Amino acid sequence: MSVGKKDISCPPEAPGTPLKDADITEKKVTYVEDHPDMRYAWTAGQAISRFLNELKEGRLIATKCNKCRRILFPPRMFCELCYKPIDDWVYVKDTGTVQTFSISYIDPDARPLEEPIIVAVIAVDGASKNMAFMHVLGEVEPKDVYIGMKVKAVWKPEEEREGSVTDIKYWKPMEK
Amino acid sequence: MEVERISGLKFHKKQDVAIVGAGMTTFKRRLNETGKELSYLAIKQALEEADMDLSDIEMVVMGSAPDTFDGLHMKGEYLLDGSGGSDRPYMRVFVGGGTGVFAPIAGYWHVASGLADVCLVVCEEKMSSSHPHPQSAFKYIWDPILDRPLNPNLIWIFALEMNRYMHVHNIKHEDIALVSVKNKANALDHPCAQLAEKITVEDVLNSEPMALPVRRLDVSPPSDGAAALIMVAPHIARQVTDNPVWVTGVGWALDTTMWTNRDLYFPRYVAEAAKMAYRMAHITDPRKEIDVAEPYDPFDYKELHHMEGLGLAKKGEAPILTREGVTARDGDLPCSPSGGLLGVGNPIAATMGVKAGELYWQLAYRAGKRQVAKEVTTGVCQAWGDLMQVGTVMVMSNKR
Repeated sequence: MSVGKKDISCPPEAPGTPLKDADITEKKVTYVEDHPDMRYAWTAGQAISRFLNELKEGRLIATKCNKCRRILFPPRMFCELCYKPIDDWVYVKDTGTVQTFSISYIDPDARPLEEPIIVAVIAVDGASKNMAFMHVLGEVEPKDVYIGMKVKAVWKPEEEREGSVTDIKYWKPMEK
Repeated sequence: MEVERISGLKFHKKQDVAIVGAGMTTFKRRLNETGKELSYLAIKQALEEADMDLSDIEMVVMGSAPDTFDGLHMKGEYLLDGSGGSDRPYMRVFVGGGTGVFAPIAGYWHVASGLADVCLVVCEEKMSSSHPHPQSAFKYIWDPILDRPLNPNLIWIFALEMNRYMHVHNIKHEDIALVSVKNKANALDHPCAQLAEKITVEDVLNSEPMALPVRRLDVSPPSDGAAALIMVAPHIARQVTDNPVWVTGVGWALDTTMWTNRDLYFPRYVAEAAKMAYRMAHITDPRKEIDVAEPYDPFDYKELHHMEGLGLAKKGEAPILTREGVTARDGDLPCSPSGGLLGVGNPIAATMGVKAGELYWQLAYRAGKRQVAKEVTTGVCQAWGDLMQVGTVMVMSNKR
Protein backbone atom coordinates (compact mmCIF):
# COMPACT_ATOMS: atom_id res chain seq x y z
CA MET A 1 0.00 0.00 0.00
CA SER A 2 1.18 3.51 -0.64
CA VAL A 3 -0.08 6.98 0.18
CA GLY A 4 -1.40 9.49 -2.36
CA LYS A 5 -1.84 8.60 -6.09
CA LYS A 6 -5.44 8.75 -7.46
CA ASP A 7 -4.62 9.93 -10.96
CA ILE A 8 -6.38 6.97 -12.59
CA SER A 9 -9.48 7.49 -14.71
CA CYS A 10 -12.83 7.42 -12.97
CA PRO A 11 -14.90 5.37 -12.76
CA PRO A 12 -12.20 2.75 -12.90
CA GLU A 13 -13.82 0.81 -15.64
CA ALA A 14 -13.09 -2.56 -17.25
CA PRO A 15 -14.50 -2.81 -20.77
CA GLY A 16 -15.43 -6.51 -21.06
CA THR A 17 -16.21 -8.23 -24.36
CA PRO A 18 -19.75 -7.47 -25.57
CA LEU A 19 -21.57 -10.09 -27.67
CA LYS A 20 -24.61 -9.89 -29.91
CA ASP A 21 -27.46 -12.40 -29.84
CA ALA A 22 -26.32 -13.45 -33.32
CA ASP A 23 -22.91 -14.44 -31.95
CA ILE A 24 -24.71 -17.17 -30.06
CA THR A 25 -27.26 -18.20 -32.69
CA GLU A 26 -24.59 -18.32 -35.42
CA LYS A 27 -22.18 -20.09 -33.05
CA LYS A 28 -19.49 -17.46 -33.41
CA VAL A 29 -18.54 -17.84 -29.75
CA THR A 30 -17.71 -20.94 -27.75
CA TYR A 31 -20.50 -21.93 -25.44
CA VAL A 32 -22.11 -24.96 -23.84
CA GLU A 33 -25.85 -25.60 -23.81
CA ASP A 34 -27.96 -27.58 -21.39
CA HIS A 35 -31.67 -27.93 -20.65
CA PRO A 36 -32.10 -28.92 -17.01
CA ASP A 37 -35.45 -30.65 -16.53
CA MET A 38 -36.37 -30.45 -12.86
CA ARG A 39 -39.68 -31.78 -11.51
CA TYR A 40 -41.29 -30.57 -8.33
CA ALA A 41 -44.42 -31.41 -6.36
CA TRP A 42 -45.22 -28.53 -4.02
CA THR A 43 -47.44 -29.49 -1.11
CA ALA A 44 -49.99 -26.75 -0.58
CA GLY A 45 -49.63 -26.81 3.21
CA GLN A 46 -52.21 -26.73 6.00
CA ALA A 47 -53.94 -23.43 5.20
CA ILE A 48 -53.78 -23.30 1.42
CA SER A 49 -54.88 -26.97 1.06
CA ARG A 50 -58.16 -26.09 2.76
CA PHE A 51 -58.39 -22.94 0.61
CA LEU A 52 -57.93 -24.94 -2.61
CA ASN A 53 -60.44 -27.62 -1.53
CA GLU A 54 -63.00 -24.89 -0.80
CA LEU A 55 -62.38 -23.47 -4.29
CA LYS A 56 -63.59 -26.81 -5.67
CA GLU A 57 -66.86 -26.14 -3.84
CA GLY A 58 -67.04 -22.63 -5.30
CA ARG A 59 -66.28 -20.85 -2.04
CA LEU A 60 -63.53 -18.53 -0.81
CA ILE A 61 -62.30 -19.09 2.72
CA ALA A 62 -60.19 -16.94 5.03
CA THR A 63 -58.84 -17.24 8.56
CA LYS A 64 -59.32 -14.96 11.52
CA CYS A 65 -57.02 -13.70 14.27
CA ASN A 66 -58.93 -12.71 17.39
CA LYS A 67 -56.04 -10.63 18.74
CA CYS A 68 -55.61 -8.12 15.89
CA ARG A 69 -59.15 -8.92 14.67
CA ARG A 70 -58.04 -9.23 11.07
CA ILE A 71 -59.70 -11.56 8.59
CA LEU A 72 -56.67 -12.96 6.77
CA PHE A 73 -56.94 -13.70 3.07
CA PRO A 74 -55.47 -15.76 1.48
CA PRO A 75 -55.78 -17.87 4.65
CA ARG A 76 -52.77 -18.79 6.77
CA MET A 77 -52.33 -20.95 9.87
CA PHE A 78 -50.71 -18.21 11.94
CA CYS A 79 -51.06 -14.44 12.16
CA GLU A 80 -47.71 -13.04 11.03
CA LEU A 81 -48.17 -9.84 13.08
CA CYS A 82 -49.38 -11.32 16.39
CA TYR A 83 -47.31 -14.43 15.72
CA LYS A 84 -49.89 -16.80 17.17
CA PRO A 85 -52.16 -19.51 15.72
CA ILE A 86 -55.30 -18.31 13.94
CA ASP A 87 -58.56 -18.66 15.83
CA ASP A 88 -61.19 -19.42 13.23
CA TRP A 89 -62.03 -20.15 9.62
CA VAL A 90 -64.53 -17.80 7.94
CA TYR A 91 -66.04 -17.73 4.48
CA VAL A 92 -65.63 -14.52 2.51
CA LYS A 93 -67.63 -13.42 -0.53
CA ASP A 94 -66.72 -14.07 -4.15
CA THR A 95 -67.10 -10.36 -4.87
CA GLY A 96 -64.50 -7.67 -4.43
CA THR A 97 -62.91 -4.38 -5.43
CA VAL A 98 -60.12 -3.78 -7.95
CA GLN A 99 -57.23 -2.27 -5.95
CA THR A 100 -54.99 -1.93 -8.98
CA PHE A 101 -54.73 -3.51 -12.44
CA SER A 102 -52.49 -3.91 -15.44
CA ILE A 103 -53.12 -4.69 -19.09
CA SER A 104 -50.48 -7.22 -20.03
CA TYR A 105 -49.24 -7.68 -23.57
CA ILE A 106 -46.58 -10.22 -22.63
CA ASP A 107 -46.56 -13.86 -21.53
CA PRO A 108 -44.35 -15.33 -18.75
CA ASP A 109 -41.39 -15.57 -21.14
CA ALA A 110 -41.80 -11.93 -22.27
CA ARG A 111 -43.20 -13.05 -25.65
CA PRO A 112 -45.94 -10.78 -27.03
CA LEU A 113 -49.57 -11.86 -26.55
CA GLU A 114 -52.09 -11.48 -29.38
CA GLU A 115 -54.87 -10.48 -27.02
CA PRO A 116 -53.86 -8.58 -23.86
CA ILE A 117 -54.94 -10.02 -20.53
CA ILE A 118 -56.11 -7.85 -17.66
CA VAL A 119 -54.54 -8.73 -14.35
CA ALA A 120 -55.75 -7.18 -11.12
CA VAL A 121 -55.24 -7.17 -7.38
CA ILE A 122 -58.73 -7.78 -5.99
CA ALA A 123 -59.65 -7.06 -2.35
CA VAL A 124 -62.35 -9.59 -1.50
CA ASP A 125 -65.48 -8.52 0.35
CA GLY A 126 -65.68 -9.80 3.90
CA ALA A 127 -61.91 -9.84 4.54
CA SER A 128 -59.97 -7.06 6.24
CA LYS A 129 -58.72 -3.95 4.44
CA ASN A 130 -56.10 -4.61 1.78
CA MET A 131 -56.61 -8.39 2.06
CA ALA A 132 -56.42 -9.04 -1.63
CA PHE A 133 -55.14 -11.53 -4.14
CA MET A 134 -54.05 -11.49 -7.73
CA HIS A 135 -56.33 -12.72 -10.49
CA VAL A 136 -57.46 -11.85 -14.00
CA LEU A 137 -60.49 -9.88 -15.22
CA GLY A 138 -62.84 -10.86 -18.06
CA GLU A 139 -66.04 -9.73 -19.84
CA VAL A 140 -64.67 -6.19 -19.81
CA GLU A 141 -62.78 -4.00 -22.27
CA PRO A 142 -59.33 -2.86 -21.08
CA LYS A 143 -60.35 0.79 -21.43
CA ASP A 144 -63.35 0.31 -19.12
CA VAL A 145 -61.42 -1.04 -16.13
CA TYR A 146 -60.82 1.36 -13.26
CA ILE A 147 -59.42 1.20 -9.73
CA GLY A 148 -62.31 0.83 -7.31
CA MET A 149 -64.42 -1.23 -9.74
CA LYS A 150 -66.64 -3.86 -8.07
CA VAL A 151 -66.12 -7.33 -9.54
CA LYS A 152 -67.57 -10.82 -9.09
CA ALA A 153 -65.90 -14.20 -9.60
CA VAL A 154 -66.92 -16.31 -12.60
CA TRP A 155 -66.42 -19.95 -11.61
CA LYS A 156 -65.68 -22.92 -13.83
CA PRO A 157 -68.47 -25.54 -13.96
CA GLU A 158 -68.25 -27.72 -10.87
CA GLU A 159 -67.08 -30.84 -12.71
CA GLU A 160 -64.12 -28.96 -14.23
CA ARG A 161 -62.80 -27.59 -10.94
CA GLU A 162 -59.59 -29.15 -9.72
CA GLY A 163 -58.62 -27.23 -6.58
CA SER A 164 -56.57 -24.46 -8.16
CA VAL A 165 -56.86 -20.67 -8.27
CA THR A 166 -57.84 -21.19 -11.91
CA ASP A 167 -61.14 -22.74 -10.70
CA ILE A 168 -62.19 -19.10 -10.91
CA LYS A 169 -62.09 -18.42 -14.65
CA TYR A 170 -61.89 -14.66 -14.14
CA TRP A 171 -63.63 -11.80 -12.34
CA LYS A 172 -66.23 -9.73 -14.19
CA PRO A 173 -67.63 -6.26 -13.46
CA MET A 174 -70.75 -6.28 -11.28
CA GLU A 175 -72.50 -3.25 -12.75
CA LYS A 176 -73.60 -3.30 -16.36
CA MET B 1 -40.36 -13.87 28.91
CA GLU B 2 -39.87 -10.13 29.31
CA VAL B 3 -36.49 -8.95 28.11
CA GLU B 4 -35.12 -5.79 29.60
CA ARG B 5 -34.21 -3.34 26.87
CA ILE B 6 -31.32 -0.99 27.48
CA SER B 7 -31.76 2.16 25.47
CA GLY B 8 -28.80 3.96 23.96
CA LEU B 9 -26.76 0.90 23.12
CA LYS B 10 -28.04 0.53 19.59
CA PHE B 11 -25.76 0.89 16.59
CA HIS B 12 -22.56 0.68 18.60
CA LYS B 13 -19.56 -0.19 16.50
CA LYS B 14 -15.93 -1.00 17.10
CA GLN B 15 -14.60 1.39 14.46
CA ASP B 16 -15.70 3.71 11.65
CA VAL B 17 -15.88 2.40 8.10
CA ALA B 18 -14.51 4.17 5.02
CA ILE B 19 -14.73 3.36 1.32
CA VAL B 20 -11.41 3.92 -0.44
CA GLY B 21 -11.85 2.31 -3.84
CA ALA B 22 -14.47 1.12 -6.30
CA GLY B 23 -14.50 -0.41 -9.75
CA MET B 24 -16.90 -1.83 -12.28
CA THR B 25 -17.12 -3.49 -15.67
CA THR B 26 -19.19 -2.21 -18.55
CA PHE B 27 -22.82 -3.28 -18.36
CA LYS B 28 -24.00 -5.05 -21.51
CA ARG B 29 -26.87 -7.32 -22.53
CA ARG B 30 -24.31 -10.07 -23.25
CA LEU B 31 -20.66 -10.26 -22.29
CA ASN B 32 -18.37 -13.11 -23.26
CA GLU B 33 -16.69 -13.15 -19.83
CA THR B 34 -17.92 -15.62 -17.21
CA GLY B 35 -19.11 -14.45 -13.81
CA LYS B 36 -15.68 -15.24 -12.35
CA GLU B 37 -13.92 -13.24 -15.04
CA LEU B 38 -16.28 -10.29 -14.59
CA SER B 39 -15.69 -10.30 -10.82
CA TYR B 40 -11.95 -10.39 -11.41
CA LEU B 41 -12.10 -7.39 -13.77
CA ALA B 42 -14.15 -5.25 -11.35
CA ILE B 43 -11.97 -6.16 -8.36
CA LYS B 44 -8.76 -5.32 -10.22
CA GLN B 45 -10.16 -1.84 -10.92
CA ALA B 46 -11.15 -1.28 -7.30
CA LEU B 47 -7.77 -2.50 -6.02
CA GLU B 48 -6.05 -0.18 -8.46
CA GLU B 49 -8.04 2.81 -7.27
CA ALA B 50 -7.28 1.97 -3.63
CA ASP B 51 -3.69 1.15 -4.55
CA MET B 52 -3.92 -2.24 -2.87
CA ASP B 53 -3.16 -5.87 -3.70
CA LEU B 54 -5.36 -8.85 -3.04
CA SER B 55 -2.95 -9.75 -0.23
CA ASP B 56 -4.14 -6.61 1.62
CA ILE B 57 -7.72 -7.93 1.63
CA GLU B 58 -8.72 -9.69 4.86
CA MET B 59 -12.29 -10.72 4.18
CA VAL B 60 -14.58 -10.85 1.15
CA VAL B 61 -18.33 -10.33 0.73
CA MET B 62 -19.87 -11.47 -2.56
CA GLY B 63 -23.34 -10.46 -3.74
CA SER B 64 -25.19 -12.19 -6.55
CA ALA B 65 -28.87 -12.68 -7.37
CA PRO B 66 -30.91 -15.87 -8.05
CA ASP B 67 -29.04 -19.02 -9.04
CA THR B 68 -31.76 -19.63 -11.63
CA PHE B 69 -30.16 -17.11 -14.01
CA ASP B 70 -26.97 -19.15 -14.03
CA GLY B 71 -28.58 -22.61 -13.91
CA LEU B 72 -25.99 -23.27 -11.25
CA HIS B 73 -26.31 -23.78 -7.52
CA MET B 74 -23.76 -22.84 -4.90
CA LYS B 75 -23.05 -19.81 -7.04
CA GLY B 76 -21.11 -18.14 -4.23
CA GLU B 77 -18.68 -21.04 -4.19
CA TYR B 78 -18.55 -21.18 -7.99
CA LEU B 79 -17.56 -17.50 -8.07
CA LEU B 80 -15.10 -17.77 -5.18
CA ASP B 81 -11.82 -17.61 -7.09
CA GLY B 82 -12.86 -14.72 -9.31
CA SER B 83 -14.08 -12.93 -6.19
CA GLY B 84 -10.67 -13.10 -4.54
CA GLY B 85 -12.18 -15.12 -1.71
CA SER B 86 -9.97 -18.20 -1.56
CA ASP B 87 -8.19 -18.84 1.73
CA ARG B 88 -9.89 -16.06 3.63
CA PRO B 89 -13.27 -15.52 5.33
CA TYR B 90 -15.80 -15.31 2.50
CA MET B 91 -19.59 -15.09 2.38
CA ARG B 92 -22.29 -14.56 -0.20
CA VAL B 93 -25.29 -12.37 0.59
CA PHE B 94 -28.48 -12.14 -1.40
CA VAL B 95 -31.74 -10.19 -1.15
CA GLY B 96 -32.73 -10.10 -4.83
CA GLY B 97 -32.42 -6.65 -6.37
CA GLY B 98 -31.66 -5.23 -2.93
CA THR B 99 -28.29 -7.03 -2.98
CA GLY B 100 -26.58 -4.07 -4.68
CA VAL B 101 -26.72 -2.12 -1.42
CA PHE B 102 -27.09 -5.10 0.95
CA ALA B 103 -23.63 -6.46 0.01
CA PRO B 104 -21.86 -3.23 1.07
CA ILE B 105 -24.00 -3.28 4.25
CA ALA B 106 -22.57 -6.75 4.95
CA GLY B 107 -19.10 -5.34 4.21
CA TYR B 108 -19.86 -2.64 6.79
CA TRP B 109 -20.62 -5.33 9.42
CA HIS B 110 -17.23 -6.91 8.79
CA VAL B 111 -15.29 -3.68 9.35
CA ALA B 112 -17.51 -1.90 11.92
CA SER B 113 -17.47 -4.99 14.14
CA GLY B 114 -13.68 -4.91 14.16
CA LEU B 115 -13.47 -8.41 12.68
CA ALA B 116 -11.73 -7.04 9.59
CA ASP B 117 -9.80 -3.86 8.81
CA VAL B 118 -9.99 -4.37 5.05
CA CYS B 119 -13.05 -5.93 3.42
CA LEU B 120 -13.61 -6.38 -0.30
CA VAL B 121 -17.22 -6.30 -1.52
CA VAL B 122 -17.90 -7.65 -5.00
CA CYS B 123 -21.22 -8.03 -6.82
CA GLU B 124 -21.62 -9.97 -10.05
CA GLU B 125 -24.50 -10.81 -12.33
CA LYS B 126 -24.66 -12.72 -15.56
CA MET B 127 -28.26 -12.66 -16.72
CA SER B 128 -27.57 -13.59 -20.34
CA SER B 129 -26.92 -17.29 -19.67
CA SER B 130 -30.66 -17.86 -19.32
CA HIS B 131 -32.17 -18.37 -22.79
CA PRO B 132 -33.90 -16.99 -24.69
CA HIS B 133 -34.60 -14.28 -22.13
CA PRO B 134 -33.91 -13.93 -18.37
CA GLN B 135 -37.65 -13.26 -17.90
CA SER B 136 -38.16 -17.03 -18.03
CA ALA B 137 -36.07 -17.37 -14.86
CA PHE B 138 -38.15 -14.70 -13.11
CA LYS B 139 -41.16 -17.06 -13.36
CA TYR B 140 -39.74 -18.98 -10.44
CA ILE B 141 -40.01 -16.18 -7.89
CA TRP B 142 -43.83 -16.36 -7.88
CA ASP B 143 -45.76 -18.40 -5.33
CA PRO B 144 -46.11 -21.82 -7.01
CA ILE B 145 -49.67 -22.39 -5.78
CA LEU B 146 -51.42 -19.03 -5.64
CA ASP B 147 -49.70 -17.05 -8.41
CA ARG B 148 -48.03 -19.29 -10.95
CA PRO B 149 -51.18 -20.99 -12.34
CA LEU B 150 -52.14 -17.54 -13.69
CA ASN B 151 -49.04 -17.51 -15.95
CA PRO B 152 -47.64 -14.30 -14.53
CA ASN B 153 -44.78 -12.23 -15.89
CA LEU B 154 -42.64 -10.41 -13.33
CA ILE B 155 -43.46 -7.08 -14.98
CA TRP B 156 -47.03 -7.55 -13.70
CA ILE B 157 -46.27 -6.65 -10.10
CA PHE B 158 -44.47 -3.49 -11.14
CA ALA B 159 -47.32 -2.51 -13.41
CA LEU B 160 -49.79 -3.14 -10.58
CA GLU B 161 -47.68 -1.12 -8.16
CA MET B 162 -47.15 1.72 -10.65
CA ASN B 163 -50.87 1.92 -11.40
CA ARG B 164 -51.73 2.04 -7.70
CA TYR B 165 -49.11 4.77 -7.10
CA MET B 166 -50.43 6.81 -10.04
CA HIS B 167 -54.02 6.35 -8.86
CA VAL B 168 -53.51 7.34 -5.21
CA HIS B 169 -51.54 10.51 -6.00
CA ASN B 170 -53.21 11.28 -9.32
CA ILE B 171 -49.92 11.19 -11.21
CA LYS B 172 -49.73 11.22 -15.00
CA HIS B 173 -47.50 8.86 -16.98
CA GLU B 174 -45.85 11.94 -18.54
CA ASP B 175 -44.47 12.95 -15.15
CA ILE B 176 -43.12 9.48 -14.51
CA ALA B 177 -41.55 9.25 -17.98
CA LEU B 178 -39.40 12.27 -17.12
CA VAL B 179 -37.33 10.02 -14.85
CA SER B 180 -36.49 7.73 -17.77
CA VAL B 181 -35.60 10.75 -19.92
CA LYS B 182 -33.35 12.19 -17.18
CA ASN B 183 -31.55 8.97 -16.26
CA LYS B 184 -30.90 7.78 -19.80
CA ALA B 185 -29.45 11.23 -20.59
CA ASN B 186 -27.30 11.18 -17.41
CA ALA B 187 -25.93 7.82 -18.56
CA LEU B 188 -24.43 9.45 -21.66
CA ASP B 189 -21.56 10.49 -19.37
CA HIS B 190 -21.06 6.99 -17.95
CA PRO B 191 -18.47 4.91 -19.81
CA CYS B 192 -20.08 1.63 -18.66
CA ALA B 193 -23.59 2.50 -19.88
CA GLN B 194 -25.71 0.07 -21.86
CA LEU B 195 -28.74 2.22 -22.75
CA ALA B 196 -27.55 5.82 -22.67
CA GLU B 197 -29.57 7.92 -25.09
CA LYS B 198 -31.36 11.21 -25.55
CA ILE B 199 -35.07 10.43 -25.55
CA THR B 200 -38.23 12.42 -25.04
CA VAL B 201 -41.33 11.90 -22.94
CA GLU B 202 -43.23 11.06 -26.16
CA ASP B 203 -40.73 8.30 -26.94
CA VAL B 204 -41.53 6.70 -23.58
CA LEU B 205 -45.30 7.09 -23.95
CA ASN B 206 -45.23 5.67 -27.48
CA SER B 207 -42.86 2.78 -26.79
CA GLU B 208 -44.09 -0.80 -27.02
CA PRO B 209 -46.63 -1.72 -24.30
CA MET B 210 -45.44 -4.48 -21.96
CA ALA B 211 -47.91 -4.59 -19.09
CA LEU B 212 -49.69 -1.24 -19.09
CA PRO B 213 -49.01 1.24 -17.61
CA VAL B 214 -45.45 -0.13 -18.03
CA ARG B 215 -43.99 0.41 -21.51
CA ARG B 216 -40.62 -0.63 -22.94
CA LEU B 217 -38.82 2.63 -22.07
CA ASP B 218 -40.15 2.62 -18.50
CA VAL B 219 -37.99 -0.44 -17.81
CA SER B 220 -34.27 -1.00 -17.30
CA PRO B 221 -32.61 -3.70 -19.43
CA PRO B 222 -31.24 -7.07 -18.28
CA SER B 223 -27.44 -6.93 -18.23
CA ASP B 224 -24.17 -8.70 -17.51
CA GLY B 225 -21.67 -6.93 -15.30
CA ALA B 226 -19.77 -6.72 -12.02
CA ALA B 227 -18.78 -4.06 -9.49
CA ALA B 228 -16.48 -3.94 -6.47
CA LEU B 229 -15.90 -1.74 -3.41
CA ILE B 230 -13.13 -1.70 -0.82
CA MET B 231 -14.17 -0.88 2.75
CA VAL B 232 -11.57 -0.21 5.40
CA ALA B 233 -10.98 0.89 9.00
CA PRO B 234 -9.91 4.51 9.71
CA HIS B 235 -6.21 3.72 10.26
CA ILE B 236 -6.07 2.01 6.86
CA ALA B 237 -8.02 4.80 5.14
CA ARG B 238 -5.50 7.33 6.40
CA GLN B 239 -2.68 5.40 4.76
CA VAL B 240 -4.20 4.97 1.32
CA THR B 241 -6.12 8.14 0.56
CA ASP B 242 -6.70 11.78 1.40
CA ASN B 243 -10.39 11.54 0.43
CA PRO B 244 -12.06 8.58 2.11
CA VAL B 245 -15.85 8.43 2.06
CA TRP B 246 -17.36 7.34 5.37
CA VAL B 247 -20.34 5.05 5.77
CA THR B 248 -22.36 6.88 8.40
CA GLY B 249 -25.54 4.82 8.42
CA VAL B 250 -26.96 1.53 7.17
CA GLY B 251 -30.50 0.17 7.26
CA TRP B 252 -32.49 -2.69 5.86
CA ALA B 253 -36.05 -4.01 6.24
CA LEU B 254 -38.43 -6.46 4.61
CA ASP B 255 -42.19 -6.27 4.31
CA THR B 256 -44.52 -9.29 4.12
CA THR B 257 -44.13 -11.67 1.17
CA MET B 258 -47.93 -11.57 0.79
CA TRP B 259 -47.61 -8.51 -1.41
CA THR B 260 -51.30 -8.49 -2.31
CA ASN B 261 -52.01 -7.72 1.37
CA ARG B 262 -50.10 -4.41 1.26
CA ASP B 263 -51.18 -1.07 -0.12
CA LEU B 264 -48.70 -0.80 -2.96
CA TYR B 265 -48.74 2.99 -3.26
CA PHE B 266 -45.98 3.48 -0.65
CA PRO B 267 -42.78 1.43 -0.08
CA ARG B 268 -43.03 0.94 3.67
CA TYR B 269 -39.98 -1.34 3.65
CA VAL B 270 -37.79 1.47 2.23
CA ALA B 271 -39.14 3.92 4.81
CA GLU B 272 -38.28 1.50 7.64
CA ALA B 273 -34.78 0.88 6.28
CA ALA B 274 -34.22 4.61 5.80
CA LYS B 275 -35.41 5.34 9.33
CA MET B 276 -32.74 2.99 10.69
CA ALA B 277 -29.96 4.39 8.48
CA TYR B 278 -30.85 8.04 9.19
CA ARG B 279 -30.99 7.38 12.92
CA MET B 280 -27.52 5.90 12.79
CA ALA B 281 -26.26 8.81 10.69
CA HIS B 282 -27.98 11.40 12.94
CA ILE B 283 -30.06 12.71 10.04
CA THR B 284 -33.39 14.20 11.08
CA ASP B 285 -34.44 16.05 7.93
CA PRO B 286 -33.28 14.03 4.93
CA ARG B 287 -34.65 16.49 2.36
CA LYS B 288 -32.34 19.22 3.73
CA GLU B 289 -29.39 17.13 4.88
CA ILE B 290 -28.97 14.81 1.89
CA ASP B 291 -27.04 16.48 -0.95
CA VAL B 292 -27.12 13.72 -3.55
CA ALA B 293 -29.13 10.50 -3.86
CA GLU B 294 -28.97 7.26 -5.79
CA PRO B 295 -32.45 5.76 -5.31
CA TYR B 296 -33.00 2.42 -7.01
CA ASP B 297 -34.53 2.94 -10.46
CA PRO B 298 -35.19 -0.36 -12.29
CA PHE B 299 -38.42 1.31 -13.45
CA ASP B 300 -38.92 5.04 -13.85
CA TYR B 301 -41.75 5.21 -11.30
CA LYS B 302 -39.52 3.34 -8.83
CA GLU B 303 -37.13 6.28 -8.47
CA LEU B 304 -40.10 8.47 -7.44
CA HIS B 305 -41.55 5.77 -5.20
CA HIS B 306 -38.19 5.32 -3.47
CA MET B 307 -37.55 9.06 -3.08
CA GLU B 308 -40.78 9.16 -1.10
CA GLY B 309 -39.77 6.09 0.92
CA LEU B 310 -36.40 7.69 1.63
CA GLY B 311 -38.09 10.86 2.89
CA LEU B 312 -36.51 12.94 0.12
CA ALA B 313 -39.99 13.96 -1.00
CA LYS B 314 -43.40 13.96 0.62
CA LYS B 315 -45.85 11.31 -0.52
CA GLY B 316 -46.84 12.17 -4.08
CA GLU B 317 -44.33 15.03 -4.31
CA ALA B 318 -41.46 13.25 -6.10
CA PRO B 319 -42.92 13.73 -9.62
CA ILE B 320 -43.24 17.46 -8.95
CA LEU B 321 -39.59 17.71 -7.84
CA THR B 322 -38.59 15.83 -10.99
CA ARG B 323 -40.64 18.09 -13.25
CA GLU B 324 -39.12 21.18 -11.65
CA GLY B 325 -35.60 19.91 -12.28
CA VAL B 326 -34.73 19.50 -8.59
CA THR B 327 -33.49 15.95 -9.24
CA ALA B 328 -31.40 16.86 -12.28
CA ARG B 329 -27.63 16.70 -12.06
CA ASP B 330 -27.46 20.47 -11.59
CA GLY B 331 -30.51 20.56 -9.29
CA ASP B 332 -30.83 20.99 -5.57
CA LEU B 333 -31.28 17.25 -4.93
CA PRO B 334 -29.57 15.34 -7.77
CA CYS B 335 -31.04 11.82 -8.07
CA SER B 336 -29.37 9.03 -10.06
CA PRO B 337 -26.59 11.29 -11.47
CA SER B 338 -24.91 8.06 -12.64
CA GLY B 339 -27.69 7.38 -15.12
CA GLY B 340 -29.04 4.67 -12.83
CA LEU B 341 -30.32 1.29 -13.85
CA LEU B 342 -32.48 2.82 -16.58
CA GLY B 343 -29.47 4.25 -18.37
CA VAL B 344 -26.41 2.28 -17.29
CA GLY B 345 -28.08 -1.13 -17.04
CA ASN B 346 -29.52 -3.57 -14.54
CA PRO B 347 -27.23 -6.52 -13.77
CA ILE B 348 -29.18 -7.10 -10.57
CA ALA B 349 -26.59 -7.31 -7.75
CA ALA B 350 -23.88 -5.55 -9.77
CA THR B 351 -25.97 -2.37 -9.77
CA MET B 352 -23.87 -1.69 -6.68
CA GLY B 353 -21.58 0.08 -9.18
CA VAL B 354 -24.20 2.73 -10.03
CA LYS B 355 -25.66 3.02 -6.52
CA ALA B 356 -23.09 2.59 -3.71
CA GLY B 357 -20.17 2.96 -6.14
CA GLU B 358 -21.51 6.13 -7.75
CA LEU B 359 -22.30 7.69 -4.38
CA TYR B 360 -18.71 7.03 -3.30
CA TRP B 361 -17.36 8.67 -6.47
CA GLN B 362 -19.69 11.65 -6.09
CA LEU B 363 -18.70 12.25 -2.46
CA ALA B 364 -15.00 11.75 -3.23
CA TYR B 365 -15.39 14.29 -6.06
CA ARG B 366 -14.16 11.68 -8.51
CA ALA B 367 -17.26 11.30 -10.72
CA GLY B 368 -15.72 13.28 -13.60
CA LYS B 369 -18.31 14.46 -16.11
CA ARG B 370 -21.04 13.04 -13.88
CA GLN B 371 -20.06 15.13 -10.84
CA VAL B 372 -23.11 17.01 -9.59
CA ALA B 373 -23.04 20.81 -9.71
CA LYS B 374 -23.67 21.51 -6.03
CA GLU B 375 -21.26 21.04 -3.16
CA VAL B 376 -21.80 17.61 -1.61
CA THR B 377 -21.16 16.31 1.88
CA THR B 378 -23.76 13.65 2.55
CA GLY B 379 -25.58 11.26 0.25
CA VAL B 380 -27.85 8.24 0.34
CA CYS B 381 -28.07 5.18 -1.89
CA GLN B 382 -30.76 2.57 -1.83
CA ALA B 383 -31.74 -0.69 -3.47
CA TRP B 384 -34.90 -2.74 -3.51
CA GLY B 385 -35.78 -6.28 -4.41
CA ASP B 386 -37.01 -9.76 -3.54
CA LEU B 387 -40.77 -9.94 -4.20
CA MET B 388 -40.75 -6.11 -4.04
CA GLN B 389 -40.44 -6.27 -0.31
CA VAL B 390 -36.87 -5.37 0.73
CA GLY B 391 -35.37 -1.93 1.22
CA THR B 392 -31.61 -1.56 1.72
CA VAL B 393 -30.19 1.89 2.49
CA MET B 394 -26.70 3.26 3.01
CA VAL B 395 -25.82 6.84 4.02
CA MET B 396 -22.32 8.11 3.22
CA SER B 397 -20.47 11.31 3.99
CA ASN B 398 -17.09 12.78 3.10
CA LYS B 399 -16.95 14.30 6.61
CA ARG B 400 -16.29 11.93 9.44
